[in-house]
Amino acid sequence: MSWLTKTLSSSIGKKVLMSLTGLFLCTFLVVHLSGNLQLFYKDGGYAFNTYAVFMTSFPLIKVISYFNYFFILFHAFWGLYLEYQNRKARSVRYAVVRNSSSWSSRNMAILGTVLLVYIVVHMGDFWYKYHNEPLPYVRYTENVQTGVKLATEMPANYTQDVKKIEISDFETGTRLIIVKDLYKEVSRVFQNPVFVLIYILGMFALGFHLYHGFQSAFQTLGWNHPKYTPLVRGISTWIFAILIPIGFAAMPIFFYVKHLMGN
Amino acid sequence: MSKKIDAKIPEGSISEKWTKYRSTVPLVNPANKRSIEIIVVGTGLAGAAAAATLAEMGYKVKAFCFQDSPRRAHSIAAQGGINAAKNYQNDGDSVYRLFYDTIKGGDYRAREANVHRLAEVSGNIIDQCVAQGVPFAREYGGLLSNRSFGGTQVQRTFYAAGQTGQQLLLGAYSGLERQIGIGTVTMYSRHEMLEVVVIDGKARGIIARNLITGELERHFGHAVLLCTGGYGNVFYLSTNAMGSNVTAAWKAHKQGAYFGNPCFTQIHPTCIPVSGDHQSKLTLMSESLRNDGRIWVPKQKDDKRAANDIPEEERDYYLERRYPAFGNLVPRDIASRAAKERCDAGYGVGTSKMAVYLDYASAIERYGKIEANKKGIHNPSREEIIVMGKAVVKEKYGNLFDMYKQITGEDPYEVPMRIYPAVHYTMGGLWVDYNLMTSVPGLYALGEANFSDHGANRLGASALMQGLADGYFVIPYTIGSYLSGEIRTKAIPTDHPAFVEAENSVKERINKFLTIKGKQSPESFHKRLGKIMWDKCGMARNEKGLKEAIEEIRALKKEFWSDVRVMGDADEFNPELDKAGRVADFIELGELMCIDALNRNESCGGHFREEYQTEEGEAMRDDENYMYVAAWEYEGDSKWSLNKEPLVYENIKIAQRSYK
Amino acid sequence: MSEGNMNLTLKVWRQKNAKVNGSLETYQVNGISEDMSFLEMFDVLNERLVSDGKEPIAFDHDCREGICGMCSMYINGRPHGPLEAVTTCQLHMRSFKDGDTIVVEPWRATAFPVIKDLVVDRSAFDRIIASGGYISVNTGNAQDGNALPIPKEEADKAFAAAACIGCGACVAACKNASAMLFVSAKVSQLALLPQGQPEREERAIKMVAQMDAEGFGNCTNTGACAIECPKEISLENIARLNREYLGSSIASTVG
Repeated sequence: MSWLTKTLSSSIGKKVLMSLTGLFLCTFLVVHLSGNLQLFYKDGGYAFNTYAVFMTSFPLIKVISYFNYFFILFHAFWGLYLEYQNRKARSVRYAVVRNSSSWSSRNMAILGTVLLVYIVVHMGDFWYKYHNEPLPYVRYTENVQTGVKLATEMPANYTQDVKKIEISDFETGTRLIIVKDLYKEVSRVFQNPVFVLIYILGMFALGFHLYHGFQSAFQTLGWNHPKYTPLVRGISTWIFAILIPIGFAAMPIFFYVKHLMGN
Repeated sequence: MSKKIDAKIPEGSISEKWTKYRSTVPLVNPANKRSIEIIVVGTGLAGAAAAATLAEMGYKVKAFCFQDSPRRAHSIAAQGGINAAKNYQNDGDSVYRLFYDTIKGGDYRAREANVHRLAEVSGNIIDQCVAQGVPFAREYGGLLSNRSFGGTQVQRTFYAAGQTGQQLLLGAYSGLERQIGIGTVTMYSRHEMLEVVVIDGKARGIIARNLITGELERHFGHAVLLCTGGYGNVFYLSTNAMGSNVTAAWKAHKQGAYFGNPCFTQIHPTCIPVSGDHQSKLTLMSESLRNDGRIWVPKQKDDKRAANDIPEEERDYYLERRYPAFGNLVPRDIASRAAKERCDAGYGVGTSKMAVYLDYASAIERYGKIEANKKGIHNPSREEIIVMGKAVVKEKYGNLFDMYKQITGEDPYEVPMRIYPAVHYTMGGLWVDYNLMTSVPGLYALGEANFSDHGANRLGASALMQGLADGYFVIPYTIGSYLSGEIRTKAIPTDHPAFVEAENSVKERINKFLTIKGKQSPESFHKRLGKIMWDKCGMARNEKGLKEAIEEIRALKKEFWSDVRVMGDADEFNPELDKAGRVADFIELGELMCIDALNRNESCGGHFREEYQTEEGEAMRDDENYMYVAAWEYEGDSKWSLNKEPLVYENIKIAQRSYK
Repeated sequence: MSEGNMNLTLKVWRQKNAKVNGSLETYQVNGISEDMSFLEMFDVLNERLVSDGKEPIAFDHDCREGICGMCSMYINGRPHGPLEAVTTCQLHMRSFKDGDTIVVEPWRATAFPVIKDLVVDRSAFDRIIASGGYISVNTGNAQDGNALPIPKEEADKAFAAAACIGCGACVAACKNASAMLFVSAKVSQLALLPQGQPEREERAIKMVAQMDAEGFGNCTNTGACAIECPKEISLENIARLNREYLGSSIASTVG
């Protein structure tokens, strides 16, 4: 066994893999959230839809996204494998247990499994459809001078070979952009209260998972210092366990409320 | 008929004996060491240190302990510290002064040559422990810190908070585990030694019981080292661990090893008082507490006021009053007796009236003021001083204070602690010569298990010193004088008739325990024995009481062997059976202790015969008639003969011990 | 023997030996005094069982002053019972109320098999220490104790880590039965001291390897170990062990 496999297959090494993939996914969440916040722009989905094009076509991002898919799967299944090992380390269970640790920390595997299911649903909703289903297209007519954009739905049978068509008309001072209307799909999906609920539950799971997960990753990497650990814990709690899940959960709620209000 | 005893003390001046001897003692060459097997029973400071060191030297070592791990040995519970004549504090300490203090502290009943050797190697012990990673307390400059202990006027005690024994033992244990890992020591945990196998007059092995399976095992060794600790549990209530026992030493005694000064037991002055009949053991509050705490009782008899309500002028700081030179830091035997004297006279405190106060109020105030000065706070309020003082005391003694609170439910930061003396250590033990060999060739006794270094009273922080000295720096050399003659001895197969016979006798005894099927548990016999011993062979003894005790113990023994009830079987994990065996041995030892105490018509150190005291109530020695080690030889059931090893003091002027 | 007025219901794990299955048995104990220690309450119960001709309950204990690390009961769902920073032997009955039901189980870990009743085999800890939890200094090799000044802060930290009594409560408390707190305490103690430096890298690697071989679970940083540790060994030690291990594995030429 080489030193690397030996290190990574030790109990600490295994945890380091969880920690590193977890931290990568945390970074992803930050990017994902900041991108998706564009759903809140009142621009008929222009920013969001062009962002979706960018994220699925820019080569570097594409490479990273494949890493991301891999890390999600790795993190999930490696975590389940560790959980299996950990359960084996106590073959006879206690009759009575009064825990002194946080609920999150003890239920990472369950929370993670919920998240995995959630991710499958989520990807099926949007990623799969975006890539494989004939979503309607939208055309944005932008007045270059004022920046005002007009969205026009394309005919239902319209399709194009590229992800984005961009035509500038210097005479009229307008720019035409035609892209898949993922924004519309999002607002359509979130009109269904069942989905809204699923997403909110998913974000609860995410919050609890990260409440322990983010700071735990630092501990696993050996980062524990009386001066800085409180900061890490603060970030873990306030940003990753509260702010980010709320940010994500705000989206389905936003669209659902919007739908209820008849928009 | 008493025999002449040869302690094999080397010739020469006291300060050169050991150096000279060490460089002339025969050696065993490395190739021969590999084929010589040594059995070490017990893995406390002495045992772990000896086993590790002998293995490092190349011997094949087998180590045994009854606990689940060698790290549990009771050395671990020593709190206060370990002495060494390093003179790091530049307060005039020296090897001679440590030697002198120890002999004087032992009330002139210890062997000069052994004690001087102990003082000589004391410094090496500290070096060795530091190198092992023992985290001793340090000053801000990074150098080792010292404190003072009872019976000395220098600061020579090295410590690791209130857990010195733990840290030293873990150091020795790690050395032992290292050898176990390498394969030079084979460790047998949860094994109890139940017999010494003697072949042609030499110790050649042991019979041990695997405490998990109950299996009896035969183990051969060219030499057998007993590092099995003291026998304080003969009193039932003591500061010893529940498992501490005399069994190994007692088996050795019955196989011919003399038992030296069995009546010399140390009663430690600062223990948490007994709270009721249920009590299973007593807890020590480190002697280091006497550094800063003040001991007192009310001046008024049967004073019912709470401690804090008794004004200063109505308190009797009796140690400071009686012993102004040493004050609260008099040796243990003196502090204990003084407490007993006050309580017996009716000045005791607490519900039982069998306790005195150990008060930290003035120390808290003193430290608070120092701290205020350090922090540059001028005119601090009394509250501020108390808060700062408590913080200092917490840092120094926090774990002890917590322990007190845990056990008694009282907060010692607010009210004075109640303390009372309790059995703590046994100076007596298997008689050994200068080489630490018992009167059975090839059978050694180290640490508290032997009698040699503390005379009639041990000074605080000297037990750790002796255990490690014996294990690290004495036995590795002295064992050569015996083993160099054994290099031609092949390992004796354990089907030798002597092994078979020894195993059978052990088996028979175990069967006896299990088949009596009486009504009383081993524990109940132990309790009764303890009561007899404490009442009649405890802090104060007299002829009448001792004679009664001997009769009572004999009767108890008879009752035990006809009415003990041992549950369970021989071939399983059976703590009751283990206990029965230990209690049976304690009963026999108790008788010998009383016989020894009765024989010694003087008071010295921890042995206080009421008939022999000065007008002021101090111990009165009889150097003319009793300046000897009483080495008892077993001659059969309840029969012993007395051999005397005269004690010769060439380097110390013997005097009435005075701490005034 | 009734000294007090507490009456309790005990549910205690009874198991004849390692080969058979065990179960919780219920016992009534009456007349318990609140000044008794928890183990003394067991003494009372055992004494009664013996007089009834029943086998007493086997449990590990020795010093009964919280330092040897031998006592090991899992009381009402917590190792060493309800109090923090206290071993079972230091736990007193005043921490319970008259009429309480108390469930007592052995440490549960695959690496700590039950020997009998509440007694488990913790020799795995010894083997971990034997794999590297020491400084290789033969007797007689040492230099003067004061030749190597050690900053007080480092010495204090090393001492705090060295306070571990090896009782195994960390393993018992951990939902994964991980031994990281135990291992990290020893690695930390020696890594913090200058004497421990020469073998520092090798030590972390060897001790972790042995820990894994013993079948302890993986640490998931739940922190239960440090909360239940009777000697309050800090989680910082686990982070340090992670550092030591990763640093040694990646940066050094060892292993």
